[in-house]
Amino acid sequence: MIDHQTQTKPPIISAEDLCIFYGNFRAVKNVDMKIVPNQITAIIGPSGCGKSTVLRSFNRMNDFIPNCHVTGKITFHGHNIYDEDVDPVQVRQKIGMVFQKPNPFPKSIFDNVAWGLKINGMKGDLSEPVEQALKQAALWDEVKDHLKKSGLSLSGGQQQRLCIARALAVKPDIILMDEPCSALDPIATLKIEDLMRELSKDYTIIIVTHNMQQAARASDYTAFFTMDSDRAGVMVEYGETSHIFTNPQDKRTEDYITGRYG
Amino acid sequence: MREQIMNHTLSTVQIKPASRVPEFLRKKKRWNEILIQGFLFFCGFVSILTTIGIVFELGKESLLFFANPDVSLLEFFTNTRWQPSIGEFGILPLATSTLLTTLIAMIVALPVGLSAAIFLSEYASSKARSVLKPILEILAGVPTVVYGYFALTFMTPVLRGIFGEQNVEIYNTLSAGLVMGIMILPLVSSMSEDALTAVPRSLREAAYGLGSTRLETAVQIVVPAALSGIIAAFIIAISRAIGETMIVAIAAGSGSNFTFNPFKAAETMTGYIARISGGDVGYDTPDYNSIFAIGLVLFLVTLGLNILSRRLSAKYREVYE
Amino acid sequence: MNEYTDLAGESNTNLQKRHRDSKIWRTIFYASTAAAIIILAILILSIVNQAFGLVVLKNTVEPEKISSVPLEQLSSQDLIKILKKNLTSNRYKTIDRDMPFTARSQADLVDLVIAEVVKPTVVDSYHLDVSILHRNEIMARAAEKYPNGHVEFHSWLNPEFITRSMSSTPELAGVRTAIFGSLWIILITVLVAFPTGVGAAIYLEEYAASNRINKIIQTNIDNLAGVPSIIYGILGLAIFVRGLGYFTGGGFLGSGETGGRTILSAGLTMALLILPILIINAQEAIRAVPRSLREASYGLGATKWQTIWHHVLPSALPGILTGTILAISRAIGETAPLILVGASSFINRDPSSVFSRFTALPIQIYNWTTRPQDEFRNIAAAAILVLLVLLLSLNAFAILMRNRFTRRIS
Repeated sequence: MIDHQTQTKPPIISAEDLCIFYGNFRAVKNVDMKIVPNQITAIIGPSGCGKSTVLRSFNRMNDFIPNCHVTGKITFHGHNIYDEDVDPVQVRQKIGMVFQKPNPFPKSIFDNVAWGLKINGMKGDLSEPVEQALKQAALWDEVKDHLKKSGLSLSGGQQQRLCIARALAVKPDIILMDEPCSALDPIATLKIEDLMRELSKDYTIIIVTHNMQQAARASDYTAFFTMDSDRAGVMVEYGETSHIFTNPQDKRTEDYITGRYG
Repeated sequence: MREQIMNHTLSTVQIKPASRVPEFLRKKKRWNEILIQGFLFFCGFVSILTTIGIVFELGKESLLFFANPDVSLLEFFTNTRWQPSIGEFGILPLATSTLLTTLIAMIVALPVGLSAAIFLSEYASSKARSVLKPILEILAGVPTVVYGYFALTFMTPVLRGIFGEQNVEIYNTLSAGLVMGIMILPLVSSMSEDALTAVPRSLREAAYGLGSTRLETAVQIVVPAALSGIIAAFIIAISRAIGETMIVAIAAGSGSNFTFNPFKAAETMTGYIARISGGDVGYDTPDYNSIFAIGLVLFLVTLGLNILSRRLSAKYREVYE
Repeated sequence: MNEYTDLAGESNTNLQKRHRDSKIWRTIFYASTAAAIIILAILILSIVNQAFGLVVLKNTVEPEKISSVPLEQLSSQDLIKILKKNLTSNRYKTIDRDMPFTARSQADLVDLVIAEVVKPTVVDSYHLDVSILHRNEIMARAAEKYPNGHVEFHSWLNPEFITRSMSSTPELAGVRTAIFGSLWIILITVLVAFPTGVGAAIYLEEYAASNRINKIIQTNIDNLAGVPSIIYGILGLAIFVRGLGYFTGGGFLGSGETGGRTILSAGLTMALLILPILIINAQEAIRAVPRSLREASYGLGATKWQTIWHHVLPSALPGILTGTILAISRAIGETAPLILVGASSFINRDPSSVFSRFTALPIQIYNWTTRPQDEFRNIAAAAILVLLVLLLSLNAFAILMRNRFTRRIS
């Protein structure tokens, strides 16, 4: 089934034999993963299995971790983003990120969204693209009357949607979400999940979650990671979400999704 | 197969083939970023230049000083008289009075400073701490020239009143040392307190759990656990006392004097440097060069102490952080 | 059973002793801390004690001898006549050139007559405590010793003291030149040290990979922070005053009679002195900026410098400013390096450029303290109060600024 999909649509980004090291320690090994465009891909697995590390390697956020280096390839639009002459700044403009804890800038709601546009060289009146991004993030109606208020004055769920709006404004192709709901209450979580569904029409979404129900509810594809005997993270199984949850091929996947893990 | 390998090496080593990476991913030359990084590195490098400047200038002028046929290294460290104008170059009298003032200062600063630190970290309520700590900070912020004034106009008359005017000279190392101890007290107490508070609570709880009193916990458990940090504070304090200038320049007297009597005037190393440079001293005279020779000794001693202290405090950080 | 009760009894007395020890030591620890407060109080009181008190004044010429009516009631014409009669013609001309006598108000002229002709001088001064406790004895002794003198309460710290320039007579001396000197030096210090220090801190926190050279830089800064200030003075003397005297003395601009002993040399020396402290403080402030803020910025495709300039620095600014002001406070009170780079002990011309010779508040305090006459100790105390007020207001300003920035950000 997955083969059929990937053959019809070329992957937007793919990892080939990806290994990630912290110093001499291999944290993640031999990941091969093709991400289908305009779908939601969830990465699940027990904590410490390198889910976030893999996600952050997709837009080179790991560059900021000292001693962290990558072998293998991550191909985006046919080019390895770890190539010498690829600019990580450009990569991150195309592949946005939403983080575990909402982290709006200590600026106004408007400036939070507009800042990404400004640094990417957009000048003049930014109210139009800002409004559009806020609408896309389903936040516009809640904040349109007080755009000058600090982004930090919003509730947690609103803050996270502001962060999504901020990422959308720069018009990326892919949005990486690193446990975006782990700091939110169930209602706010549902709102974000609905939003993801809506956004997947225009964007490709990769989400790391430790919440299996969330992966089952909200994703099209699921990758299951676990920790190998040498403490390196490995990808055990990857496929359509419905398959992974109903008919896991690997014993470890089955144990995890049925709660027999650990 | 061969082609594959070729390709692989090409992609990692050669940057040229411009068509390979699409425009939207290609590395941009951001000249402003490169310039800024260069400038920032230079800012950091200024500190290296400062050190080089200190070592070079002190070293160069000291060499000139020792090149003087009247001066020998042996004499420098053994002669008990220091009078460059008549060819006596023995650092001993300056060194002993530096040691004397430092010793007196430590007798004041170490016990009182450590006691205050124990009180602040083990006994004081957070409210008391919020009042006491700023006061100690004010004491630490008073300029040293003010302490010098205090030594000369307050401490000296008090000492002369206690020990008798015929015994205590107007300028004396005791007064300078005592006031220096006061000056250094906040440093000792704040550094020691940092070391004490870094000791984990679990250790204290373990001691209380065995039925020990607050004193026993503080003195027998917490202080030993923080010992390397406390010793680091003591060493920094010694280094600060050796390098302190204004208090001794004002209150300890001018003119070198080989004595261990704290009631007598005796010039310290820093006091000598301040006095000689305060007058109009011509370049390249023995007086001028001697400033640098003494400065070099001062620099090496304080640097050694500082490095030692940093080693020790790194040790306690290693254990508890 | 017996054994057990014995043990309990013994440990009971033992426990009492332990509690007693605990109490005694608690008192000792507390007393040590209290000692710090008491010392601070004594320090301030002893300075205040010398800055105020009774003085015995003696007039060089008694006012009754130059005018039968009190000076205040004389007309301007009469006052000018008195001045003309009692002053040398040179002095008279100098004052007239400053501002023509005819243009001066009557009150001004009265002051002028008192300052130039009557010339009251302090012949004896007393500390505040003595002045209060033994007022009558002082009065009696003054009346006996100086029949023409009169006793009055004098505050050595007064508006004229702050606005007058240096003088060799303590009662006419002021700290204006010294204050200007200090401010000029600090200006240079801040202009040089702030950008360099913050730049170095940014480099070390945001750019520096943990390689050898950067480790050396960091260790070096930590060590420089502990170098005695007088060593910086020696460095300033060798490099800025002597080595670069042509530039720091303004020689390349054609002036240069100062030979490098200038405000510029002093400011640069102070900048080097506070640089390590400033860097360490700024590093701490930058380190306190949460990583999530940086990640948010990078995640949007911002470059390193965009992230630093727009997010890291604004968040770290309150901390950086507080640290800077602490460093500046240190520089304002530093004396030893200024002695080395050649602060002038006597100078009564306000600095006019960075190439001027200079004096500074702590230098003035040092010089006056080392004079044997009591009156100089009095004005040294007054100058110390000026210095302390300056430092206090600077610190208050730092706190205010920090609060304001913190509010704006959150």
